Amino acid sequence: MILNLQNIFKDYYQEKLVVPVLKDVSLSVEEGEYVAIMGPSGSGKTTLMNIIGCLDLPTSGSYELAGQDVLKLKDKELSDLRLSSIGFVFQSFHLMPRETALENVSLPLSYTGAKKAERKVRATKALERVGLGDRVNFRPTQLSGGQKQRVAIARAMVNNPKILLADEPTGALDQKSGEQIMELFSKLNEEGVTIVMITHDAKVAARAKRVVRIIDGEIHEGEGDAIS
Amino acid sequence: MFENVRLSFQGIWSHKMRSFLTMLGIIIGIAAIIAIVSTIRGTNEQIKQNLVGAGENTVEIALYQGEWQYEMSYQGIPAGVPLITEDVLDSIREIDHVENVARYMIRQDYNVVYHLNTGLSGGYVTGVDANYFDTCNYIMKEGRGFTEADFKAFRKVAILDEDSEEALFQGESAVGKTIEIKQEPYIVIGVVTKAKQFEPTINSIEDYYMYAQTSAGSVYVPDSTWPIIYQYDEPQNVVIRVENTDYMTAAGKACADLLNANLSVSDDTIQYKAKDLLEQAQQIQELSASTNMMLIWIAGISLIVGGIGVMNIMLVSVTERTQEIGLKKAIGARKTKILAQFLTEAAVLTCLGGLLGVLAGVVLAYVISYLSGTPVAISVGAAVGAVIFSMVIGIVFGVFPSYKAANLNPIDALRHE
Repeated sequence: MILNLQNIFKDYYQEKLVVPVLKDVSLSVEEGEYVAIMGPSGSGKTTLMNIIGCLDLPTSGSYELAGQDVLKLKDKELSDLRLSSIGFVFQSFHLMPRETALENVSLPLSYTGAKKAERKVRATKALERVGLGDRVNFRPTQLSGGQKQRVAIARAMVNNPKILLADEPTGALDQKSGEQIMELFSKLNEEGVTIVMITHDAKVAARAKRVVRIIDGEIHEGEGDAIS
Repeated sequence: MFENVRLSFQGIWSHKMRSFLTMLGIIIGIAAIIAIVSTIRGTNEQIKQNLVGAGENTVEIALYQGEWQYEMSYQGIPAGVPLITEDVLDSIREIDHVENVARYMIRQDYNVVYHLNTGLSGGYVTGVDANYFDTCNYIMKEGRGFTEADFKAFRKVAILDEDSEEALFQGESAVGKTIEIKQEPYIVIGVVTKAKQFEPTINSIEDYYMYAQTSAGSVYVPDSTWPIIYQYDEPQNVVIRVENTDYMTAAGKACADLLNANLSVSDDTIQYKAKDLLEQAQQIQELSASTNMMLIWIAGISLIVGGIGVMNIMLVSVTERTQEIGLKKAIGARKTKILAQFLTEAAVLTCLGGLLGVLAGVVLAYVISYLSGTPVAISVGAAVGAVIFSMVIGIVFGVFPSYKAANLNPIDALRHE
């Protein structure tokens, strides 16, 4: 088991009001899985994604990622865990606008202390893997939306993370580019990459091998109840 | 680290105007400090040169009573001051860095030297030994120097310097003519001149009194004939020449100590002292430095203001780059990495400002020099110090913005528009 969430609760405090966002969420993901977490806005899926990505900590419950008890880690160790185990893909890409594709992809490697030459080799390989071997020295402004997202995926993959965590990866893309990104995800999954994807789009979620629905902070897993 | 520096330059370059305006406070502060320091140093160098002369490296050691040079005219030589023998001179010659040593007696008298009816007013009569001219870097301009026979036979021969020759003979050659020193006839056998001509730079009336008043002229006689003129002994002085200016103070002191060891006077304020021109120069320099110190403080305030400007713009920069910071934290950058990145940026920014400030300061110093006539001496130490100091300012004022950046919550930061 790569990822194991047990009885996760998350409350937010608005002034003196307690707003429960996640209510007793349990979810486990095996190596090589391709899971879509689907739900409407306000359902708590972004909060869940933040907790999975070690960006936020639950109010109560337990969370194990790659064999580590996340709730016991300090800030520095959380950073290191994110660096080594999670590859983030965001809706709005979040590329450094003034850096080339290669430099963007190299960024996580610079935090691992990898040597310059090694960084270049690995970043180039990651870009080739997402089909951008010929765009290595392009800057984000010279790339299309789909290409930017590929650069972001290459950046997420460059450190060989345990899971690829994608938040609405096609949300900012047109139909065709979105389709290509989904194909890339399927391909990466076939190559053995574990993917957890957050989306509100049923069509996108349908590409995953397993769909988990989240409504009002509660998990509903199964094929039957179709809620879009 | 190198990566951070590269990123910093990229950031600074992409906001050229803003970066320059941010640096302006630092630039002005550093420029002012460099200009002031260079001017002070220039003035100090000039004072030192005026007092010490152009590389003469001679130090005079004379008998003092308390603060003042011992006045012979009224009291005679105090008991317990032995004559300075050749043996003593030899041991002085052994002192480190001493190149040559000479013994002399000197009197400043009014109207004791005459050629016909022309008197030398305010001039010096100096009784010298055979080493004197060499030690003091005099060369013969005309005639000859003293020979051993002159000393041994008590010959009444005199050597003039150019000033006294001019005063007594008004352009005519003095060699072979007779002058009177206290009614004693002396034959002028030569005229000496300084091996290196040195004119002190006179910028003010104070400078004139300090440096130019010694040009009344001197008459030199063999020290063996001194009693013929003055009838009784005179305290002997010593002059040494050292290898270079840096050794003047130490060698002068060593020489005075050596002479004092032979004293057995009852009044212990009577002792030999080196007329330390360097020390004198230093005192004048300290006086001018203390007034200028205030200016440096004022310039320092402008650096603090500049630092606040840097802090301000760094805060803006952190806000602008919230998303970037959020992303970096999300993908695994530790807090310290973010902190280092922003601190480096602040340091690079102010370091660059410091460099530009040094440049501007050097230009400013030359402009001041051109306008006021004071010389410039650019201090490499001050320049390096200024750049390092501005870097420190960047780091100090960059701490708060960088800390803010490092502690951003990545979730909020990523969502920031």
